[in-house]
Amino acid sequence: MSELYRRFGSTLATLFLALIAIWLAGMVLAPNLMMIDYALRPNLLPAEVGGPRDVYSLDNILYLANESVHRAIFFKTVWASALVAFLTLVVCYPLAYWLAQRATPNRAAVVLLALTVPFWINEVLRTLAWYILLAFRGPLNALLLSIGLIDRPVRWYGDVGVLAGMVYAYILFMLFPIYNAIESLDKSQIEAARDLGASVWRTHWRVVIPHAKAGIATGCVFTFMLAAGSYVAPALLGAPGSRWFTEIIYNWFFEGGDWNRGAAYALVLLLLCLTVVLVTLRVARVNLTDVAK
Amino acid sequence: MSHSVELQHVGMAFGRTRAVSDVSLTVQGGEFFSILGPSGCGKTTILRMIAGFLEPTEGKILIGGRDMKGLGPDQRPTAMIFQSLALFPLMPVWENIAFGLEARGVGKSVRKAKAEELLKLVALEEFADRMPGELSGGQRQRVAIARALAVEPQVLLLDEPLSALDLKLRQHMRAELRALQKRTGVTFIYITHDQSEALAMSDRVAVMSAGILQQVGAPRELYDDPATPFVARFVGETNVISGKVTAIDAGIARVDSAHGQLHGRAGQGLSAGMAAKLYVRPEALKHRADGENRLTAVIERLDFEGAFALAYGKFSDGNTLIASIPSTELARAPSIGNATHFSFRHANAVVLPDV
Repeated sequence: MSELYRRFGSTLATLFLALIAIWLAGMVLAPNLMMIDYALRPNLLPAEVGGPRDVYSLDNILYLANESVHRAIFFKTVWASALVAFLTLVVCYPLAYWLAQRATPNRAAVVLLALTVPFWINEVLRTLAWYILLAFRGPLNALLLSIGLIDRPVRWYGDVGVLAGMVYAYILFMLFPIYNAIESLDKSQIEAARDLGASVWRTHWRVVIPHAKAGIATGCVFTFMLAAGSYVAPALLGAPGSRWFTEIIYNWFFEGGDWNRGAAYALVLLLLCLTVVLVTLRVARVNLTDVAK
Repeated sequence: MSHSVELQHVGMAFGRTRAVSDVSLTVQGGEFFSILGPSGCGKTTILRMIAGFLEPTEGKILIGGRDMKGLGPDQRPTAMIFQSLALFPLMPVWENIAFGLEARGVGKSVRKAKAEELLKLVALEEFADRMPGELSGGQRQRVAIARALAVEPQVLLLDEPLSALDLKLRQHMRAELRALQKRTGVTFIYITHDQSEALAMSDRVAVMSAGILQQVGAPRELYDDPATPFVARFVGETNVISGKVTAIDAGIARVDSAHGQLHGRAGQGLSAGMAAKLYVRPEALKHRADGENRLTAVIERLDFEGAFALAYGKFSDGNTLIASIPSTELARAPSIGNATHFSFRHANAVVLPDV
């Protein structure tokens, strides 16, 4: 703080601090406080707001606890998000390792560009691309049919579609933290492990992964949160059987007209994400400040 | 006896760049062998080829008489100590040392016992449970050595492992490495660009320049009998005097130079009539005017180094002279700014063809 004042002078520093304060209060604190306020109050007619029935209670949250379909979707969202994070990790780790340790600088640049270019397009459009690819009469089925891997078209929409769409959507969020972490590993450590007779598997397990742990934890946390809060992929690539918790929240707000219950559901999702982040960071012994880097 | 290492016409090209050309040499089992050369001379490439990280583009490498072609670093009876040491920072010292055994599927109790034994060898018994980051430079060095020795290699390959240490520690570690090598009997191949390191520790030294092997010999041999101008200049300080060979008689060459006639031992490939250079060491120059080979220079600087002083002078043709004067003789040291006479014995000078 005093550093800030010394460097920029009192006017500019005060301005910076004020902007940060406004941002935190207006963009972070206020919406969340409002959400909590909504979540804890009943859904009332405008005339009744402020009346005797407008009291704080946990009713909206208890409703979720007692509603078995919604509860099941909530838990499914939790483990499916974890699965998305895991699958993304499985896809990204070898790629990140190759990029960071094996690829020549030129090749790494080309591959990174190729991976980044799709992200210049809006997420909805990217998901729409998957919507087309995975269609019942779409290119993927046509390809698999033509090479004889399947003998009738597969309905990809549903769990498979949602997983594929999400893994694809969050690749970069997993890739870059791991890439950064592995890149800082001294090449001679990998060579030393090999020289001492370690298999590829052991080299990764004992040398590379422990070194990249913070990056892996960061990537998993990002991906999990994004997946749990995702709306586009399940809405477009899902099926009635693969409903996501965010869709239920959406429905409460925009179909059911019950903002209070929607806010309660959103609050539960938020608490879940917070818990997952903190537990993961604790397990991986990583600080929040490391993640921010 | 540990394995010998034999290089037969080994060459290495990276695309169009030639890193190593036609190197043939034999390292005896149990020998402390150094490869000395400036950076970029191909010495690290040779070490990495012996280790198995690189496959030579030409020639053969035999370890213990066995052709190593196609064998990876994990399949060769070698262990490498990296310039950065490459200790695993997230494992305690003992796990670092036992890593090679872990990779071989040795049980934990055996691993721990072996690690303790090696820690004793390098005098770090109390440090088993420390992390590498908590050790000093010299201690990390010893952990790296213990880790490499744990896999019981026949040949230990050391890639300038002392370069990160300060001078005092480096000198101490030299003696320690040397003693360790004698005690274990493992063949050491040591890469360095520091000639005093190579001369002090090694049984024999190979000198390399620009991918070409210049000379292999005992330290004294390299110093006293350099085979090429590169070796003469690179190993130790030397004075260089250009001239023309007028006669060679019983191995003694007579050279006509700007300083008159000088004599020195004739080196390889020298014949009468050749343009040549005469090399004479600073300590071979005596500060007196009555010797057989006389040089005159104006003294510009006198650096006192303790055991000796270095006198820097300029010849009349502008070339520099460097002479080492033992501090016991400093009483009659040349004074700065005066023309001073030096002489040397022909046995202390070498004449090599000028290339």
